[in-house]
Amino acid sequence: MVIRGGLVVDINGERKADVRVEVGKVTEVGTKLRGDREIDASGCVVSPGLVDMHVHLREPGMEEAETIETGSRAAALGGFTAVIAMPNTEPPQDDPIIISAVKARAQTALCDVYPAGAITKQREGLELAPMGEMHSLGVRIFTDDGACVASAGVMRSALQYARSLPGAIVAQHAEDETLATGHMHEGEWSSRLGIPGRPAEAEEIIVARDCILAAQTGTPVHFLHLSTAGSVAIVRAAKAQGIPVTAEAAPHHFTFTDESCATFDPLFKVNPPLRTKDDVAAVKAGLADGTIDVIASDHAPHPTETKERTFEEASPGMLGLETALALGISELVDAGVMTLTELLALMSWSPARLSGLADHGATIEKGVTANLCVIDPNLEWVLDPANLASRAQNTPMGGRKLKGKNRHTILRGEVVVLDGQATR
Amino acid sequence: MKNLLSISDLDQAGIIEVCDLTDSFLTVTHRDIPKVPALRGKTVASVFYEDSTRTRLSFETAAKRLSADVMTMNMSSSSVQKGESLRDTVQTIEAMGVDAIVIRHRHAGAPNQVATWVDLSVINAGDGRHEHPTQALLDVYTARRHLGDDLSGARIAIVGDIRRSRVARSTAKAFAQMGAKVTLVAPPTMLPDSLAGWPVTATSDFDEILSDVDLVYLLRIQHERQDSMAFPSLREYVSRYGLTNDRATRLGPEVLIMHPGPMNRGVEISPEVAESDASIITEQVENGVAVRMAVLYLLLGSGAPVA
Repeated sequence: MVIRGGLVVDINGERKADVRVEVGKVTEVGTKLRGDREIDASGCVVSPGLVDMHVHLREPGMEEAETIETGSRAAALGGFTAVIAMPNTEPPQDDPIIISAVKARAQTALCDVYPAGAITKQREGLELAPMGEMHSLGVRIFTDDGACVASAGVMRSALQYARSLPGAIVAQHAEDETLATGHMHEGEWSSRLGIPGRPAEAEEIIVARDCILAAQTGTPVHFLHLSTAGSVAIVRAAKAQGIPVTAEAAPHHFTFTDESCATFDPLFKVNPPLRTKDDVAAVKAGLADGTIDVIASDHAPHPTETKERTFEEASPGMLGLETALALGISELVDAGVMTLTELLALMSWSPARLSGLADHGATIEKGVTANLCVIDPNLEWVLDPANLASRAQNTPMGGRKLKGKNRHTILRGEVVVLDGQATR
Repeated sequence: MKNLLSISDLDQAGIIEVCDLTDSFLTVTHRDIPKVPALRGKTVASVFYEDSTRTRLSFETAAKRLSADVMTMNMSSSSVQKGESLRDTVQTIEAMGVDAIVIRHRHAGAPNQVATWVDLSVINAGDGRHEHPTQALLDVYTARRHLGDDLSGARIAIVGDIRRSRVARSTAKAFAQMGAKVTLVAPPTMLPDSLAGWPVTATSDFDEILSDVDLVYLLRIQHERQDSMAFPSLREYVSRYGLTNDRATRLGPEVLIMHPGPMNRGVEISPEVAESDASIITEQVENGVAVRMAVLYLLLGSGAPVA
């Protein structure tokens, strides 16, 4: 199989080349390659497959919203060849048995699925989960995502303990629960609308605290979905001091502001909440200058009935896997914040390296595992939630004109998406 | 106009139109048979997800005086308890051929959402901390009867837990829309987190503005707010923000007192002040029925002159 006529882009830069793929590997990169099967990449970018460090696949426990199969199909359609599945399943991924079960279910997925392990038992923030046992099953990302590890004492223990687990990263959902009691960003719009708020300082206090704990313990801390200007500034300052912290940003946090909530549409409800124009600008600046290391979708499927409630009652979160790339292209590349190659760094090789995934985000050269995506960065399309692969449809982008779409996805040599359609 | 979701749905001319209609309906309510056939054949459903005897009775009385049929949905004992969604509930009501839903909900924006799900008229009877537009209309109407039709320059202080008050969010805007100078008075924990977009000023010093107001509008203080750390104790609240007899003596002789009810006598207002000549609180309630008749008539009526 030859992927023909594309612009090959990876950590080493870009060049016009064809890519030959045989038995799961890239076997040749060159010009004028021919093969029995040829995949058209003209006008497209051939990139290492995208990697999403932050998705909710809802299996086990909430299969009415998403399953590993449907979520991995959505990922493949979005250009992703690997995702990290967050542990807030039911039961939670806080135990080697659940981790093994998820890994087994993921054998037939349309992308590689790596379960994250919980930091604490039941994600309750009280006692450490068996991080070592989960680590021995390959888990590298530990997080209670959806919940913040509120106790500084528990967080410090987790970080100290993780020193004995090579490659482990402790990822924090940074929101102080005594401040983040409401449902949208606290500020002008929450005050106008009368919706109780979640202030920026709820996030920033935990980010600052955990920077101090990362410095003290030496264990890397990864901040999930950074959303405020203050958080970006704190992480920037911590990195300047050599403190081992990394951060991600979600596409909705560089695309929408809290003003979106003015119609009371719960599809805009997400934790941490959509912030102000200034925060959006700061997140973009943080992505541009390397303060924020990766883009992660925080893909959060919810069944329609939990979104057709009042804003205050609705579940927080929105779908992201099939729109992340397009939002990156329109809000970051077209807006002049970064080049397409820099965007792909944030969506492929940086998250792959951070998550310790050697088979993903690799330089496209002879011998590497063929985890690839072929992106048409100029294709304009209109999102119809009913056409998404996810079981749930909770995206506020229905009817929105988007630019840039994944065209083909190759998972270990298998074409799992061809011309925008999943092959299985 | 189809819905009344927010006081912002009305501009100054719209508020004046409601007030003018209210004048005619107030005459109706003073007749021996206080009823007109204006909405005969129309059905109004009052759908209250939160207990509110006063507002519900006011709306239902208004609808009946206009000869509309009234359906009362007590949502605390209905299918909601069986898990029916808000959307299913209002679409069921719509399917019964109702012309308007008067909705009270404990969450902000519920009426806005309902209006996107059904074709009939939606009237917000109070939603969470968001808005209570008919309260604002009856407040403006009542104030105009005492201060004159032109409220421009009138100095109005709204005192209490503004941050958590739907009444404040509607009434402050309505008074400002009419040209009044509105000052919010509360401890910083009870002022909005941001005043951007609020056509008002704010202070935490009640005493400072006592000599500089024409109307004091007091909000009900909810005892449970102590748990949210909005204030240390009721005693301290009264001493700093209550309209006590002592503070009342420092108001000008013509100053009016308003309150959306129900009052906590001895907390935000002393019993003597509540009963004093300055208080026009009972009149607010009376005008409330006529104002709601005007709103229902505007949304559902033929547009023909009131009988």
